[in-house]
Amino acid sequence: MDTFIQQIINGLVLGSIYALVALGYTMVYGILGLINFAHGEVVMIGALTALTVIKLLASSGLPGIVVVLIGLLAAIPVCMALGFTIERIAYRPLRNAPRLAPLITAIGVSIVLQQLAMIFWGRNYHAFPPILPTSGRDIGGAHITDVQIVIVLLAVAIMAGLMLLVNRTRLGRAMRATAENPQIAGLMGVNINVIISATFLIGSALAAVAGVMVSANYSIAHYHMGFILGLKAFTAAVLGGIGNLPGAMLGGVLLGLIESLGAGYIGDLTGGFLGSHYQDVFAFFVLILVLVFRPSGLMGEKLAERA
Amino acid sequence: MRFPAKTLSLAVASALVVFGCGKEAPPPPPPKAEQPPAPPPKPTLTVKIGHSAPLTGPQAHLGKDNENGARLAIEEANAKKLEIGGAMVTFEMIPEDDQADPKQGTTVAQKLIDAKVSGVVGHLNSGTTIPASKLYSDAGIPQISPSATNPKYTQQGFKTAFRVMANDEQQGKVLGDYATKQLAGKKIAIVDDRTAYGQGVADEFEKAAKAGGAAIVAREFTNDKATDFAAILTKIKSKKPDLVMYGGMDAQAGPMAQQLKKLGVKSKMIFADGGCTTEFHKLAGDAAEGHYCSLPGYPLDKMPGGKVFMEKYKAKFNVDIQLYAPYAYDAANVMIDAMKRANSVEPAKYLAELPKTAFDGVTAKITFDERGDVKDGAITLYQAKGGKWETLETIGGAAPAPAQPAAMSGMGAMTAAPAQPAAMGGMSGMTAAPTPAAAPAAAPAAPAEKK
Repeated sequence: MDTFIQQIINGLVLGSIYALVALGYTMVYGILGLINFAHGEVVMIGALTALTVIKLLASSGLPGIVVVLIGLLAAIPVCMALGFTIERIAYRPLRNAPRLAPLITAIGVSIVLQQLAMIFWGRNYHAFPPILPTSGRDIGGAHITDVQIVIVLLAVAIMAGLMLLVNRTRLGRAMRATAENPQIAGLMGVNINVIISATFLIGSALAAVAGVMVSANYSIAHYHMGFILGLKAFTAAVLGGIGNLPGAMLGGVLLGLIESLGAGYIGDLTGGFLGSHYQDVFAFFVLILVLVFRPSGLMGEKLAERA
Repeated sequence: MRFPAKTLSLAVASALVVFGCGKEAPPPPPPKAEQPPAPPPKPTLTVKIGHSAPLTGPQAHLGKDNENGARLAIEEANAKKLEIGGAMVTFEMIPEDDQADPKQGTTVAQKLIDAKVSGVVGHLNSGTTIPASKLYSDAGIPQISPSATNPKYTQQGFKTAFRVMANDEQQGKVLGDYATKQLAGKKIAIVDDRTAYGQGVADEFEKAAKAGGAAIVAREFTNDKATDFAAILTKIKSKKPDLVMYGGMDAQAGPMAQQLKKLGVKSKMIFADGGCTTEFHKLAGDAAEGHYCSLPGYPLDKMPGGKVFMEKYKAKFNVDIQLYAPYAYDAANVMIDAMKRANSVEPAKYLAELPKTAFDGVTAKITFDERGDVKDGAITLYQAKGGKWETLETIGGAAPAPAQPAAMSGMGAMTAAPAQPAAMGGMSGMTAAPTPAAAPAAAPAAPAEKK
């Protein structure tokens, strides 16, 4: 039983990270109908930027949490500037182009960012300095570290904040209007360029947060980390219904749980016929099933709630 | 959904492009020599030896390291003004870049064959060495790989394929024996990264561990890009193993050690050369303490000619040895030695001499078994203590011993990590520490597949 609880915790933590990254995909998709494939790289740049700052300050004697916060505060503006620039350079000129064109520039931006990061930070893996408390709590025989608790809580809080932003503020209303119909929104006095830029800024800030969480939890960052993470988060967004904020959260957590439980039990359930290397297969199998029966994802129908 | 699906496949395709890489680093092939011509003034003869390794991309530093090793051997041979078959022989190295890419490996191999090299030192990666070996075999050109460790390379039945490093079979076996005997492991969990290298080592380990009476309580898998192992480690924790064996690179081994600690698992990890780097200490932090690893061969300072080689190399290239340079050096020398004994640089003629090799190399005394694998090697075991690897013992070695010597499996180390020599404490650290000394720095970028 404690193993089962532990696997649920593993899944929740992993899922929260996926969810946070997925929020970035889903916001952009909700407004522009564009898959921002460079989002995973923004996460990576956020992680590496924060890590660079954190390494500089690691021996300064400041408490670990303060150092990480400073790193995060450094990473957020960098990622925001990056997200803003990506949109201006790679997406805005193609806003009225066929759908495939911005997709290709997105992949292009992703590759460019990866290579730039490789040049700048090198090919080495970067270890996160051991400055965060490694303490944790035991729940029914399972163990969760404080960092992991913060990750889960922060992911939930950020999603709630985003919901408030989208549904309760002027900016959110303008975002929803732009999502529904950019031309009409423009005619009604919404400056859609500003709204779209704002979306990228917010999404990139979230990416910075996600990047710091990932590197803090796994104590590792490198120039290639954004790719797989982005792919998984994108899957989570599709699973939950892309364009839908709670859907991204649900999809992320679900994907995390499926992977965790899949890796943990698939071998025993199939008598060793399928092993833990099938955990991704399992996750994508669930994705396909969901899409067959609910083509717009688990929560994808409430178009009005698109961010 | 059509859209996402497309993007996904595009992304996957691009991922494949990005990830695809292998390792290889062959040495230069010996030239095809013409037989000694006429008697008069000593005729001169230029013998081409091909060398192939990744000179660009994430493993470029390792490729260059191999190339330097082979180059040193060739320049020394030239300085000796060798006379083979009555002609004054000058060796010329033809260095090629295979980018650690299996496709590029075969292209380069064809290029070397077309250039009429007499032999090839290389490639560096198993992934490039194996496909290229078919071409060399068809062309009848001897190939000696310094660092490809996948057992398949010499199991294809090619008479032209040799290597001077222990293969993964040998290393996996030593690790398995050590785990069950010295470490008294009764219940062992095994994880591998599903690469040719990781899986190969893990399978061999499993066989040896079972033969040693241990029960394999869990067999789990990850991949060479993963960072999250919580699910499989949780499962492993529930089986309460004495040891956790990992077949893969340090980029995963490090975080895995850390996550084991977070989960409160006390079992120690044991892994092969892929994780046996200073990078492991960096990534695992204080969770590194007490884990075990192995490297083929002796630590550089314990190699028969290790110290001298290290000094010569440093003097010549003014850089530190990364990883496999001593093996590339030996590979080239073994080839030249066979030419001398055959008194011919003709591939067909000196190839017959290669299996009879008994060469006192820098890494070990090199003799080949019937497949072309190096015989009687040593494998050295290390334990993480105080932030570095401490030598436990060397198994096998010079005498006709069970273990194999020296080959470091290149792949692992390569991909894995940029090992940093600095990590080792002072001199003793250097000497003793396996990885550092021997393999200081490979810093391959991507956690690419080793082999």
